[in-house]
Amino acid sequence: MDTQPDTALRPDPIDETAGRLSEPSQALDPKSLVMRFGTDAPLRTDAGVELAPFQIAYQTAGTLNAAGSNAVLICHALTGDQYFAHPHPVTGKPGWWETLVGPGKPVDTDRYFVVCSNVIGSCMGSTGPASIDPATGRPYGLNFPLVTIRDMVRAQAMLLERLGVRDLFLCIGGSMGGMQVLQWAALYPERVFAAMPIATGPRHSAQNIAFHEVGRQAIMADPAWADGRYLEEGTRPSKGLGVARMGAHITYLSEPALHRKFGRRFQGGSAPTFSFNADFQIESYLRHQGLSFVERFDANAYLYLTRAMDYFDLAEDHGGVLANAFRGIKTRFCLISFTSDWLFPTSESRVIVHALNAAAAPVAFVEVETDKGHDAFLLDEPAMFSAARGFIDAAARARGL
Amino acid sequence: MSGSMLFKGSPGNTAPWQTTDALPRTPEGNGARVDHIVVLGLVPPSARVLDIGCGDGSLLALLRDRRSIDGRGIELSRDGVNACLARGLSVIQGDADTDLENYPDDAFDVVVLSQTIQATRNPRIVLEHLLRIGRQVIISFPNFGHWRVRSELALRGRMPVTEIMPDAWWETPNIHHCTIRDFVGLCRLIGARIEHATALDASGRPMRFSMPWWVWNLFGAQGVFLLRRGAD
Repeated sequence: MDTQPDTALRPDPIDETAGRLSEPSQALDPKSLVMRFGTDAPLRTDAGVELAPFQIAYQTAGTLNAAGSNAVLICHALTGDQYFAHPHPVTGKPGWWETLVGPGKPVDTDRYFVVCSNVIGSCMGSTGPASIDPATGRPYGLNFPLVTIRDMVRAQAMLLERLGVRDLFLCIGGSMGGMQVLQWAALYPERVFAAMPIATGPRHSAQNIAFHEVGRQAIMADPAWADGRYLEEGTRPSKGLGVARMGAHITYLSEPALHRKFGRRFQGGSAPTFSFNADFQIESYLRHQGLSFVERFDANAYLYLTRAMDYFDLAEDHGGVLANAFRGIKTRFCLISFTSDWLFPTSESRVIVHALNAAAAPVAFVEVETDKGHDAFLLDEPAMFSAARGFIDAAARARGL
Repeated sequence: MSGSMLFKGSPGNTAPWQTTDALPRTPEGNGARVDHIVVLGLVPPSARVLDIGCGDGSLLALLRDRRSIDGRGIELSRDGVNACLARGLSVIQGDADTDLENYPDDAFDVVVLSQTIQATRNPRIVLEHLLRIGRQVIISFPNFGHWRVRSELALRGRMPVTEIMPDAWWETPNIHHCTIRDFVGLCRLIGARIEHATALDASGRPMRFSMPWWVWNLFGAQGVFLLRRGAD
């Protein structure tokens, strides 16, 4: 969910001036490709809304082959975006999945046509709560309809259709991206040849909903949030969003990783200051995470996307039996989990594996040993890369690529 | 099936090894996986096969290439799973002791458990799951009744270390050793029907002569069984 865990330490508390300038412009006018859908092509959402017009911001790498058989869809996580292999327009950091995707990488952009779109409801150029509501001429704010993981997938399908992609060789993503991968397989099984849901689950657990709710309440408790109308009021709920990010960031790591990176070490000294300054390095690190996050992310989008994850329950959509979501599916799956991930622990992936087994789907599963926690899927994890390379190369052979 | 007939095969049937003469033989001394060729002879074409403890996937790949099976695997080690992924096999990292209960009844035509049952915590429950999940079960295991094992114990007073049981007692994963005769007893206990059985000698070759069962239990290095759920 984090793009690049940053070890640079900044002791400043989060103040309300952070995040004022950059993010609305990316929400409205992203530095990426944009596909616009008019009133003739509404997105019919699970909430019963016909969203139109709307736009999907996306990036691609590689070339679609003549047979149209080499398309890969990357699904990004909660606070991710379409810049999977391109510098981030706000932070300038390299693409968030350049470890896995690129020339010669397991998702080889020399061989495959790779697409990644900003999910509907986000703030990096796809229509979301920071976008302008054509009915009022003002930002949607909380008038934006609630969206679901399935709505994200429907919007991706509409984009791919416009791009001339009939079906996917591979659909891959981690965390919320993994939820989209599962939803793709359940919604369009005949359009997904191979699927790699990583560090994800078939539903959002009560504990995960609880963490999200704390984050949302932090945002809403910030007076600058102004009942969601902060864009009109000219304020930003930076403190609330920053606290939400700090809390969430803890869940993306693990106790051993925190201990390894920070321990109980003091920031800029070896003794406590007997104050509430960021004495400990971990405090300073978290404040920095919160601060840098508000510069690139919209608070309302955070509310909407966390809600979309909370609502995800694939079994519930299929009569309470997860296997029914995959009945008769031909898609070949490879799931990956990480031993120290306590947000989406291995047991969640195993539930999916068992359901796929019950549905007689071809499924592979690897648990990667690491202390890096949930965020491991974004990091340099050779065991994940070798599993991904083996699975993807074999799938490509089976597809004749 | 009566005990004395168990290991002879029925006269009218083709013994499994007789159908595999044209196929490549496992090289001599190839450790624990010498039973793959015998398994190949027992699996019908295009079957749905689950290989539990599939290692690097060599048996599944062999069955896929020679029998066009639809194969799945379970393997404990990540390196094994990765090797399987690279072969294009659908293998999950898992444990026979804990994962089998999640498979539905009759999910597979054939379930294979090669050289693994002696390493499970609860062989009886594992075997019952195999019979529930698969219409047929092919199971192979090192025979602790083999004469070399017996002589190690009887003459030297030491836990045996052999080619297919290469680990010392304090590091072996094999916590539930049994003899061929013991295994037949477990099959009887849980009502499993033995459709076919053979023993492999120390070099991995099926023992070619019809012999009384005690000979197999003494000279068979491994037992290979084809089981089905009992009729009742």
